[in-house]
Amino acid sequence: MNHLFPILTALAYLLSFSLYVRFLGTGKKLTGRLGTLLLGLGLIAHYFALLERSRGLHTVPYHDLYGSMSLFGWLLALTYLGLELYHRQQSVGAFVMPFILVFFLAAHLAPADRLSPPAAHGATFAFHVTLSILAYAAFALSFVLSVIFLGEERLLRSHKLGNMVWRLPPLELLERMSKSSVLVGLVSIAIGTALGFVWVDRLSSEYSFYDPKYVVTLLVLLLYVVYLRLAGTAAWRGARASRLCVFNFLIVVLSFTVVNLYLSQSHRYF
Amino acid sequence: MEIVLVGLNHRTAPVEVREKVSFTAEQAQRAAEELRSRGILEETLVLSTCNRSEVYGVPPESSHECAPGLSTYLSEFHSVRADILSVSLYHHYDREAVRHLFRVAAGLDSMLLGEAEILGQVREAYRFAHEHGATGPVLNRLFQGALEVGKRVRTETELGTRPMSVASAGVKLAERIFGKLNERRALVLGAGTISEQVVSQLRDRGIAQLHVMNRSRDRADELAKQFSGKVVGWGEWGTALQSPDVVVSSVSADEPVLRRDIVERAMAARGNRALFLMDLGVPRNIDPSVAELYNVYVYNTDDLSEIVQQNRNARESEVPRAQGIVDEHVTKFLSWQASVELVGLVDALRVKMREERASFIRLRMEPMKHLTETDRAHVEKLMDEMLEKLLLEPAERLRGEKELRRKIQNVEALRDLFLSNREKP
Repeated sequence: MNHLFPILTALAYLLSFSLYVRFLGTGKKLTGRLGTLLLGLGLIAHYFALLERSRGLHTVPYHDLYGSMSLFGWLLALTYLGLELYHRQQSVGAFVMPFILVFFLAAHLAPADRLSPPAAHGATFAFHVTLSILAYAAFALSFVLSVIFLGEERLLRSHKLGNMVWRLPPLELLERMSKSSVLVGLVSIAIGTALGFVWVDRLSSEYSFYDPKYVVTLLVLLLYVVYLRLAGTAAWRGARASRLCVFNFLIVVLSFTVVNLYLSQSHRYF
Repeated sequence: MEIVLVGLNHRTAPVEVREKVSFTAEQAQRAAEELRSRGILEETLVLSTCNRSEVYGVPPESSHECAPGLSTYLSEFHSVRADILSVSLYHHYDREAVRHLFRVAAGLDSMLLGEAEILGQVREAYRFAHEHGATGPVLNRLFQGALEVGKRVRTETELGTRPMSVASAGVKLAERIFGKLNERRALVLGAGTISEQVVSQLRDRGIAQLHVMNRSRDRADELAKQFSGKVVGWGEWGTALQSPDVVVSSVSADEPVLRRDIVERAMAARGNRALFLMDLGVPRNIDPSVAELYNVYVYNTDDLSEIVQQNRNARESEVPRAQGIVDEHVTKFLSWQASVELVGLVDALRVKMREERASFIRLRMEPMKHLTETDRAHVEKLMDEMLEKLLLEPAERLRGEKELRRKIQNVEALRDLFLSNREKP
């Protein structure tokens, strides 16, 4: 397998991360813009790395754990780039890039086993999986933003500002970015889940409708709807909404790990 | 090509002296013209701010010799007694003058360490002098270098990034919560000097709406008029606290004017939207328990002063980095200066060698009658070749090797050594 694209991706992401960190320290606009540019280049290289890996293994990216992780990293980077460009805020890059890097490196440093060709599930299934991973990436991003919010809010309330607080995004912007990210996640998971049900409906003879995964996914969907609803209300706006967002992501992690591996019959891929 | 600087600043002169020696733009232009027409300086630039008045120049002869004349001129120009002025004036020459200017542009010599305004003032002084033809190649290069130093220090260090006054610290904190303040509203309680400073900072950030509440309606009207705000009647908390994002309080009162129950009611009415309260009153105007309320951020004078002190310490810790940039550019400038001077020296040496060669040949070959014209021409050509070889190679090396130019610290000594007309001892 050609290693050019994975190496280019890793380099671009690493450089982007270091530039975002530098931007956080210096506030120099050019540094932040270069960070964004390198993230964009990394995304392009990552796309080709994913494509090449899938062709090399004769499978789809989400067929194995490592491919899913790489796809998750790519969608996380894509969602973040979209949010950054929409909100024109680059201070969060330094906090998001490590996640993207970890997922990408873990996926591409793992030995490439020859996998069995994926079952021909069709386009509906492909969209279902991809949109679900996009939703998880968007929820992960909202988690990171909420954690930054809570940290910054704590510093501001305790009057212990330190050096970094002057470079972090304003609290209200973090709230807005988190809500945007959750909105992306909600739309994706809603469509993804609906497609999943459509697909199951077609194959109802093979798969059961009564899978704990469905319950947990609907719970996640409900919890994020509640978050979006509460985040704008008097009692919840601010730190309480951010705590709820962090809690919701823990349910997402639970759904992705414990539920997939031990409870679900139809989502145990790895 | 030496550089001289004569001036005074907030460290060497009290404000009474500084205000007498400051230059208006017209005065700066007149002084520059007179200094050049009197032959005291060939290039001139006057830098005058509220904290410093400095004259930079390139004298026709030695910089040390021209400094007393420059001091006398300043004394006459501003009609200040020479003995009063002399205790406040400093004189810097060449390397020290360059270093001083670069430190000034970096904000290292400012009263408020790292302040940003000075770079704009240096830029403006240079633009003005350049437009009026007062600068030449040396000062052009020197001030372009200073502007580069100032820019680098501001972008590569944190010397000027953090707020250094209570008012600006408060406004910066509000930005940490709300982001840009241009769509935000502020309420000012009290209309004293401190409130005015904060309001001025808020206006600079483009605050959308300003309300003033003060016991004395007249003073409230005055402040509101000055900053295009509106007046709210004293004690009308229900209306006053419903819309603002930032509240600045500096009221003279023995008891807190903003009690917990007032803010609690206001927060309920405003749907718990974040509220930033800046309590600049002593005794405090805001009940300390207000800080416990959800989405309310309270900072009092001590909190803000502590931030300013932390920022001051942080700025001071950046001084070595800024000084490093200054030193780098001083070396760069001196290297450029040396290269220009050395190239001039080599050219002068070449002229002198040709003259020496002509005189030598005339004296030594005169008795050699047996030499034909062709022989003489041949000898002259060989000598020319040798001299060119002796001079050209070092000249090329000097042009190409920065390190060599840096090592040659005193071009004047070389000039004296090779070009002096004095007899050898």
